[in-house]
Amino acid sequence: MPVPKVGILVFPGSNCDHDAYHAFKSVLGLDAKFIWHKETDLSGVDLVLVPGGFSYGDYLRSGAIARFSPVMQEVIKFAEKGGPVVGICNGFQILLEAGLLPGAMLHNQDLRFICKDVHIRLETTQTPFTSSLEKGAVFKIPISHGEGNYTIDPVGLQELKEHDQIVFRYCNAQGEITEETNVNGSVEAIAGICNRGRNVMAMMPHPERAAEEILGNADGKHILEAIAEQIG
Amino acid sequence: MFKATVTVTLRKSILDPKGKAAEQALHQLGMNELKGVRIGKYIVMDVDTDSEAKARELVQNACSKLLANEVMEDFQISIERSTS
Repeated sequence: MPVPKVGILVFPGSNCDHDAYHAFKSVLGLDAKFIWHKETDLSGVDLVLVPGGFSYGDYLRSGAIARFSPVMQEVIKFAEKGGPVVGICNGFQILLEAGLLPGAMLHNQDLRFICKDVHIRLETTQTPFTSSLEKGAVFKIPISHGEGNYTIDPVGLQELKEHDQIVFRYCNAQGEITEETNVNGSVEAIAGICNRGRNVMAMMPHPERAAEEILGNADGKHILEAIAEQIG
Repeated sequence: MFKATVTVTLRKSILDPKGKAAEQALHQLGMNELKGVRIGKYIVMDVDTDSEAKARELVQNACSKLLANEVMEDFQISIERSTS
């Protein structure tokens, strides 16, 4: 059986593309390939990974320009056909701008760029990316963003809840959600969501940066393994 | 030829962290009369067409598609005939 292939998009300014490549290929043993933003061929790709970074320098708004790149037009078609797409950090912002996920990202409430380990709690196993994990599981995962303050209108929020689309929330090590644990001020402490079709998921924290013991934290490996199971 | 000016601001219902920080700084300077500070973007462009209606339509489309994110932002357009 051929080894599943993860297609990792590369925009000018992507900087977690190599981390993701290393994590999927060397740590998880999948096949992986980079896809330059001007390419339009996704054939042979089993999962599209939109990595973190500062695509197009975050000019105008994070993800706003990347969303119109040639490769993203193909990713939109891929997602509409049910293909699995995962976004991390800037990838989340790009998928929001592309309309593949609902809502938008504001500047962090305290206006600071936050780069530190946080805890996140898994809110649903009803996605192909999280079905092998345990609901309520807590992971220590680093965040690294200036615009991760997730916002959505009240009607949209209600829909997210009704359709069980909130995948991760910021919490403390015990899994409790308090005002202090909501690091960036996101609505309902949302750290990750999926679309209604459940084939597009994105999160602000970086599991690919914490997937090996040698890096001091392998919690992210559990999340990446769960994502990989979807195509395995 | 027309000159278009676009201002993009966060929707009123959305907290504007930059505006809030600026307002707090203004209050620290003693300017307590200044309230409701909102920070946005100011975008100017030339529109190469002879029709004002067409110019407005083009800029409107540019705002909806790219320049503003209507999930969180509002925009205002002003169009003037270029004098030069």
